[in-house]
Amino acid sequence: MVLLSTSEPTGVAYVQTTNLDGESNLKTRYAKQETLQKIPEKENVSGLIKCEKPNRNIYGFQANMEVDGKQVSLGPSNIILRGCELKNTTWAVGVAVYAGSETKAMLNNSGAPSKRSRLETHMNLEIIFLSLFLVALCTVVSVCAAVWLRRHRDELDYLPFYRRKDFSEDEEKNYNYYGWGLEIFFTFLMSVIVFQIMIPISLYISMELVRVGQAYFMIRDAEMYDESSNTRFQCRALNINEDLGQIKYVFSDKTGTLTENMMEFQCASIWGVDFNGGKATSQDQKDGYFVQADGQVLRPKMVVKTDPELLQYVRNGKETKEGSYVHDFFLALAACNTIVPIIVDTPDPTLKLIDYQGESPDEQALVYAAAAYGFMLIERTSGHIVIDIQGERKRFNVLGLHEFDSDRKRMSVILGFPNQSVKVFVKGADTTMFSVIDRSLNTSIIRATEAHLQSYSSIGLRTLVIGMRELSTSEFEEWHSAFEVASTALMGRARLLRKIASNIESNLCILGASGIEDKLQQGVPEAIESLRTAGIKVWVLTGDKQETAISIGYSSKLLTSKMTQVIVNSNSKESCRKSLEDAIIMSKKLTTTSGTTNETGRTLGTGSTPVALIIDGTSLVYILDSELEERLFELACNCSVVLCCRVAPLQKAGIISLVKKRTSDMTLAIGDGANDVSMIQMADVGVGISGQEGRQAVMASDFAMGQFRFLVPLLFVHGHWNYQRMGYMILYNFYRNAVFVLVLFWYVLFTCFTLTTAINEWSSVLYSVIYTSVPTIVVGILDKDLSRLTLLKHPQLYGAGHRDECYNRTLFWITMLDTLYQSVVVFFIPLLAYWGSTIDAASIGDLWTLAVVILVNLHLAMDVIHWNWITHAAIWGSIIATFICVIVIDAIPSLVGYWAIFEIAKTRLFWFCLLAIIVTALIPRFVVKVLYQFYAPCDVQIAREAEKFWAQSQSAAVEVEMSPILDHPRR
Amino acid sequence: MTDTDRGTQRDRHSAFSLFTQQSLPACKPVLTPEWVIMTFLFIGFIFIPVGLVTLRASHSVVEIVERYDIGCVPEPFRIDKVSYIQDDSIPKNCSLSFKVPKYMKAPIYIYYQLDNYYQNHRRYVKSRSDKQLLHGQNEHGISSCQPVEVNNDRPIIPCGLIAWSLFNDTFTFIRNRAELKVNRKNIAWKSDRGHKFGKNVYPFNFQNGTLIGGGKLNPTIPLSDQEDLIVWMRTSALPSFRKLYGRIEKDLDVDDVVVVHLMNNYNTYSFGGKKKLVVGANWLGGKNDFLGLAYVFIGSSSVTIAVVFTLLHLLSPR
Repeated sequence: MVLLSTSEPTGVAYVQTTNLDGESNLKTRYAKQETLQKIPEKENVSGLIKCEKPNRNIYGFQANMEVDGKQVSLGPSNIILRGCELKNTTWAVGVAVYAGSETKAMLNNSGAPSKRSRLETHMNLEIIFLSLFLVALCTVVSVCAAVWLRRHRDELDYLPFYRRKDFSEDEEKNYNYYGWGLEIFFTFLMSVIVFQIMIPISLYISMELVRVGQAYFMIRDAEMYDESSNTRFQCRALNINEDLGQIKYVFSDKTGTLTENMMEFQCASIWGVDFNGGKATSQDQKDGYFVQADGQVLRPKMVVKTDPELLQYVRNGKETKEGSYVHDFFLALAACNTIVPIIVDTPDPTLKLIDYQGESPDEQALVYAAAAYGFMLIERTSGHIVIDIQGERKRFNVLGLHEFDSDRKRMSVILGFPNQSVKVFVKGADTTMFSVIDRSLNTSIIRATEAHLQSYSSIGLRTLVIGMRELSTSEFEEWHSAFEVASTALMGRARLLRKIASNIESNLCILGASGIEDKLQQGVPEAIESLRTAGIKVWVLTGDKQETAISIGYSSKLLTSKMTQVIVNSNSKESCRKSLEDAIIMSKKLTTTSGTTNETGRTLGTGSTPVALIIDGTSLVYILDSELEERLFELACNCSVVLCCRVAPLQKAGIISLVKKRTSDMTLAIGDGANDVSMIQMADVGVGISGQEGRQAVMASDFAMGQFRFLVPLLFVHGHWNYQRMGYMILYNFYRNAVFVLVLFWYVLFTCFTLTTAINEWSSVLYSVIYTSVPTIVVGILDKDLSRLTLLKHPQLYGAGHRDECYNRTLFWITMLDTLYQSVVVFFIPLLAYWGSTIDAASIGDLWTLAVVILVNLHLAMDVIHWNWITHAAIWGSIIATFICVIVIDAIPSLVGYWAIFEIAKTRLFWFCLLAIIVTALIPRFVVKVLYQFYAPCDVQIAREAEKFWAQSQSAAVEVEMSPILDHPRR
Repeated sequence: MTDTDRGTQRDRHSAFSLFTQQSLPACKPVLTPEWVIMTFLFIGFIFIPVGLVTLRASHSVVEIVERYDIGCVPEPFRIDKVSYIQDDSIPKNCSLSFKVPKYMKAPIYIYYQLDNYYQNHRRYVKSRSDKQLLHGQNEHGISSCQPVEVNNDRPIIPCGLIAWSLFNDTFTFIRNRAELKVNRKNIAWKSDRGHKFGKNVYPFNFQNGTLIGGGKLNPTIPLSDQEDLIVWMRTSALPSFRKLYGRIEKDLDVDDVVVVHLMNNYNTYSFGGKKKLVVGANWLGGKNDFLGLAYVFIGSSSVTIAVVFTLLHLLSPR
């Protein structure tokens, strides 16, 4: 909708675009002066709007409007999109340009790619095996039936239990017999029906339930609750919980993920002088700067610490030369931005707070800083800004604004001063700023500033350079006309504007540079260290400068002084290839030397002579999607840390797909901004940080949380648990269903292959619904192999997931073998014990039902590690429920098995059979389990015993006990 | 939230928070060698005695099994037994005798045993109408009985293959020229007599077809008292099975010679089934060593495993 007019006299409408891009800050939209003057709410306005075709870019719009024969250009700031909410604006009038499914909100409505967990993918393959097995069973039955029918074909008419011929009619005809071939076919179909629970359909349902349960616990975890932003963990994808236990690569964004994205103005270099004090915050500065107007006190919402020396300069005003530079510097900070000041009421009527809302946290930090030094931005409209300079309100006309774009990496504002002079203020990244600064002027100051910038970025600060130029009237006129033309152009407006901007942003006089601290999030270094100990490779992909990235790398313990850095910065494909090859040779040399020491010394852990690869976006341009990818991957595999700087959002995704294509290892991407969306969607698991940069990342993610450090409990604790639980649950479900089917199958072999089931139909149906379903789900949600503390203390335990310890092909076949054995025991013990006795089908069926259910539940009970009352209730409750169900079924007179359970339960033989079945069936599994635990224990097992027996004793002893085994790599 | 804040909150929702934080009090059993060895020894010490006792009990059971399906066919008919059994004009009397090997205490159970008889065949087990058995005359709900549901357009009670193939050999026992009375009451389950077979349902139009499957029923006795039928209709689980015929309520002494006069009516010759007469003292299961042997085997294996584990534990402790 193109805005025509709003309730504000200036034609401003404040909107919130939470529904569109997730950003909760206020954005300003303007109605054009031309339409505003016509008062469209009262009279008719006629005009023609020409706009581009509907597209999905929510940040771009190009159109022009003809009102009274006058061309008016329209941009993204003149439209309100579907899904926006008006805030602080009572009404707005506009013309709808896109409607219905053509709105940008609808066009952007594409679903995230669906992800399937690795365990599930593996499981599906195993289910194919089971299907083949099912087909085999059915084939066996129908072949046997065929042979039996053939051998008895002459007797079928008279067999008392077959009686093919119906003699009651005059004409003798076959009853329910359609010939040999068809009978076999029917037998096959019938056996498919009887044996179909072999394919655990219920497993999918239980898995979903278990995942919901797991998600509930992840969401409720107090350790993953972010108090500062009051956000809980969010589980947005429900089908990849268990993947969290197998992550091998973590791709992290830097800004907002590792760092807080809470920018804090730290220091400034003005006119070649470095001001980086601010540590001596005295008492009177605690409340920061404020202004008084009309008996009201205005104060910025955030307090910035100030440098007393610099403050002194500011107070002294424009008298001195330095003073005037400082003045201009802060004026630039306060003016050269797109921040909207919003005045917030406080309980104290005389005190009002100014909240600066803006799209960029850097700008916010700078404006707050300027305010602290007495340059308080009070009001901003499209035409002018009001700045309170040292208690004196000044109104500046904003004659033009060149917004920030990622090519120029700078923005500029052209201000008309009250004294009619016109100045352009430019603010931007150092690389692009130094090219537009007039180097002939003040060489020494440029040098000094450059030195300061170097030192700022080495301590991890984000730097911006500020420049200024006074425009002469002719220059301004020239610019103004060009700007008018460009901004109404329909085609290639952005390009034209960029050209004009670069014309005006030239020959600047340097004012200084600012250093903004990007604070590391709490616990990031520790988190990264644990991740690395767990054998997870951490790659940082950032859009930042190389120096900033490296310094953040050091402060977050990603890089250590022990590491050898391999830096790849190239500008062409050839040089890329060369540097990659050199790097591979070098890294190989380093890793092989470390390898030999590893064998002889056996003292080196995971961190031995590691190599860190640092690569920049320009090199990646040449590497990605070319044959060099292979080399990069080879190199990256040798390196323990990879740091990619200056990468574009799509490159982030490209790097992930590079890793995903070449390994089967799981990847996790974590990020917070819109630029991480592609990466989050590309990775196997995408984690969004609900931070400052809006919520796009959260929307695209599978899991969302408040802070980076929550990744550690998420992976090590919940990931590990979920993986272990799910892996066990799948195997157990295969077993549970197969053992039942096999018992049915064995019986069929003794009934002329006619698919009679001794176990009655009701029990067959209830088997996977009531008898055995609840314990698996409860165990799938609640079982814990290790306590949270142990898992966090020994990140190495995470390796269980890397090694596929809980679910692999071998385990599957072992389980199936065990299943076969157990079914034989369950079936044949009663068969032999009751052979040639008066036992009837219903009674022995009840015996089999109870035996299978008790066996299956005790099998689970044997493997449960963590028994709490819910587990007890589920397992013993299921057994009791089964007894009750069997009794109820047998109390229905119209069923064949009426009263059977009571009759058989009276006999000793029944109970002896039950006991013998359960003990015999479980012994082999128990023996194997014991042998395995005693003589080839896995890390988890050792840790479990350590947890149990050495809980009170010193943890150091445990460390000694464990480390030799833990460090030993296992296949 | 400060630490104390969280503390109080935790206290407030203590039980619930223990649940959500997955830290409910729990028992985490860990297998220790001692535990494992004790378990196996325990299993052994339970199973071996039980097994031995069971074996002994099974051995002490006196059971006389006499196969009669071949012996009761006169020599000239042995080539074509089927036509012999189908020929109504030939008398089916037969007698056999056995010597009691050991003192048998009353009650002595008499079973007939059929081998290679698939009472669990799907066609067979489905061919009955429990509704009709309980409520009687009912034209509906007997479709499951096909092809033995109607005869001459009138429903058969009891319908179905199972009833149609009712076993009809009869036995009379004579000791020292005096008849041993066989009590044929209470051979079926009380629950079946009470609630499964109707007291007001009388056999009707039964065994009137062209093909006679087996025994006939007295149409004046209600189904709930037709105990032979009730026993027969509790279809057996396995292709080799026994059914209770009756009880002799007198003790039998060692070396008593018992002569059995039997009517060999039932046709198992057409499919090679075997018929046996069993006289024994045990109600269920009969003489079967399997479970006893299984118990002894399991018990001794677990003792062996316990010993092996002990040795392993002593020789190569972790």
